[in-house]
Amino acid sequence: MSHVIEMLNIRKEFPGIVANDDITLQVEQGEIHAILGENGAGKSTLMSILFGLYRADRGTIKVRGKEVHIANPNNASALGIGMVHQHFQLVQNFTVTENIILGREGGFILDRRTAAKRIKALSEQYGLSIDPYSIISDITVGMQQRVEILKMLYRDAEILIFDEPTAVLTPQEIDELMQIMRNLVKEGKSIILITHKLDEIKAVADRCTIIRRGKFVDLVDVATTSQAKMAAMMVGRQVNFKVKKKPAEPKEPVLFIKDLNVLNNKKVLGVKDFSLEVRSGEIVGIAGVDGNGQTELVEAITGLRSIASGSVQINGTDITEKDIKERNEIGLGHIPEDRQKRGLVMQFPIRDNMVIKEYYRKPFSKNGLLKEEVIRKHAQDICDAFDVRSGEGIESAAGKLSGGNQQKAIVGREMMLEPNLLIAVQPTRGLDVGAIEYIHKRLVEHRDKGHAVLLVSFELDEIFNLSDRIAVMNSGRLIDTVFTNETNEQDVGLMMTGVKVRGADHESTI
Amino acid sequence: MKVRFKSNSFVIALSAVVLGLIAGGIFMAMIGSDPFEGFLYLFKGGLMNIERIGNTIATATTLILVGLSVSFAFKTGLFNIGASGQMLIGGLCATLVAHFVNIPRPLYLVVLIAAALVGGAIWGIIPGLLKAKFNVHEVVATIMMNWIAYWSIFYFVPAFLKGPFLETESKSILLEKSLRAAWLNKLFGGSQYINLGIFVAIVAIILIKFILDKTTLGFELKAVGSNRYCAEYAGIRVNRNVIISMMIAGGLAGLAGMVFYTGYASNMQIGVMPSMGFDGIAVALLGASNPIGVFFSGFFFGLLQSGKGFMNAMTDVPPEIADTIIATIIYFTATSVLFKRFWDWVARLLSVKFDKKGGN
Repeated sequence: MSHVIEMLNIRKEFPGIVANDDITLQVEQGEIHAILGENGAGKSTLMSILFGLYRADRGTIKVRGKEVHIANPNNASALGIGMVHQHFQLVQNFTVTENIILGREGGFILDRRTAAKRIKALSEQYGLSIDPYSIISDITVGMQQRVEILKMLYRDAEILIFDEPTAVLTPQEIDELMQIMRNLVKEGKSIILITHKLDEIKAVADRCTIIRRGKFVDLVDVATTSQAKMAAMMVGRQVNFKVKKKPAEPKEPVLFIKDLNVLNNKKVLGVKDFSLEVRSGEIVGIAGVDGNGQTELVEAITGLRSIASGSVQINGTDITEKDIKERNEIGLGHIPEDRQKRGLVMQFPIRDNMVIKEYYRKPFSKNGLLKEEVIRKHAQDICDAFDVRSGEGIESAAGKLSGGNQQKAIVGREMMLEPNLLIAVQPTRGLDVGAIEYIHKRLVEHRDKGHAVLLVSFELDEIFNLSDRIAVMNSGRLIDTVFTNETNEQDVGLMMTGVKVRGADHESTI
Repeated sequence: MKVRFKSNSFVIALSAVVLGLIAGGIFMAMIGSDPFEGFLYLFKGGLMNIERIGNTIATATTLILVGLSVSFAFKTGLFNIGASGQMLIGGLCATLVAHFVNIPRPLYLVVLIAAALVGGAIWGIIPGLLKAKFNVHEVVATIMMNWIAYWSIFYFVPAFLKGPFLETESKSILLEKSLRAAWLNKLFGGSQYINLGIFVAIVAIILIKFILDKTTLGFELKAVGSNRYCAEYAGIRVNRNVIISMMIAGGLAGLAGMVFYTGYASNMQIGVMPSMGFDGIAVALLGASNPIGVFFSGFFFGLLQSGKGFMNAMTDVPPEIADTIIATIIYFTATSVLFKRFWDWVARLLSVKFDKKGGN
């Protein structure tokens, strides 16, 4: 077999950090080649070099055996390299066809029809089932991703890079994507898959290059290597997938939600007659497909969204009329769903981000003056405890950290607040197994200290792994609340579609 | 040893200035003048002797305060286009105090400054409130406030402060009521414009820098300006900060009005929108919204302003060339991303070279 892509001895340095240190990647024609590494291990940097977004300080790149210089994405595109970015680059109010031909319109008069025909043909060839005339804003996230794939195919890409493609997908969409990737390879394409999800690698990849802290660790054959072994190579130690925890000992209620109704952005009810109780010393997981009212529920509890009717109590205090600051002071911690938008001020150094909720309180300030030394120490403590890695330590701008390290910083900040009620929305999104293990352990510890945790996650594994009770949401309603040890993934999956599973209703009616 | 060369806002601002001056030189050459002669007289006009330096400082004082106003609002993510109106109102309040308050000088100065601060702050707080309560964009609101101030002065001055000879300006304030100080004028070789305002500006810069860097208020303002969603999530009261930011920005522009109308000048003319209110945007831009940067960029623009008359008198270069240079510098500052890339590229070349030479 011939190598379609070879990246030899690549080195790339950023101020204060060596992102890629002598990494070699060799992708064979017609394979799915996974790149596995922790957050900040240098996967994205390596791919950005291949795609022409960064230039390597050292090393050579060969495409189909010929040495090439890729100075920008257009060069990469001309060499048949295409990339599906984690964040889609689509114009929302354009059709599929218009998005795909954007930049490749050709000629003065726009020939949509010919383009649409070709898109349709491509879509059928690879089993993408995309209507070329749909408007992007009308189609699901999974379909939008397929439009991104079509965009590359339309540009005759032979080597497709997928950057964390499943981060935004539902379990069903993930299965579909896996099938699409198999179809692509069958038709002679080669795929590079960047991920830190081992089960996905196991499901589709042929070989896997593992990198750790910017260095090449190993190249393994996926079929003959166990997940545990790959995880250990990635993290550099043994990893426990299942978090150890004692049975919960729930005590007095901390969060008490009664008949809550909340409007969503479209001004219709996103949360309907929702009642739930979370007690101290337990973790309650909200299971549900993304977009079934979880966001609205969390925003209503945290004060980011006003409620239509009903009440929310924390520690016996009605917080419905309280603003966010007051809620925080009562003992609310919140790991937000959107870390880039809500969680961090990207321009601020990590130091300031770590006290963004507490800067006005003692010991971080006195008489309106910030105590820099105390703030610095606090930030350093969080970064040490949660292994937040960055080029310039606590002085690095938050925006310069990799996604996983940003998430660790936010989780660390919220945990350090020791909130009586911690709302964790997708707390391990975008994290590698090592970090997931750690954060899961800390969440359970938080519970064991006698605090309440409300966990919202779209990954059933996580819900089952952590929760003591599971509340299932569908279309804004609470379908049922069940004890984790008395149910299974099939039943919960069914409830997520809105069906109440019989036999589950004898238990846990708050 | 490794040379760590990093582009920062100072290098970028300097690049913009140098390129702006080069462009100005090209313009001069194009109209057939000698660029070297032109620049010689431009800078001579501002710096030739101690008196002219005094005049340059006086021109710069107003620009520094307005630049500080614009950059402060910008830190909170707000565009204060209303510095002109805030200057007018601040200046009007100061002029009223100058005419009607008779108390010992130290106390008088305190009252004068307070009046200008309050006047400007009121003019700033209104757009702030409109933004916070009704989400009216501050650019629209501040521009409207400029014209309200403009026409208010148009009415107010002839009605209450009419000058003895002209309908179109207020009567002059007494010399001892102005910000001028005999010792200062003497120190600067008899400059008629230099006034105590420069000390007000320096204190304001120190104070604003302190607020932004060291206080919880500054922390909140910057958080709101950088990411209001995160600020909201963290419990910071976004609207309150918008109002405070506009209030302080307005107060600073009000001080600029005081410095201009009761220091640099000694009366107020009707029907004139003070253009420094807009020049302040350029000052803030070149100064990278940093108080210290604003000080130097304000001084630099002040130098161009005060030197252009002399250049025009001594050469056949029209004064508009100085304005063109200012405009070009603003263009170059606005495209600072290009400079950043350029210097980063230079830095990379340098570091590669050092690596090859065996440095580590």
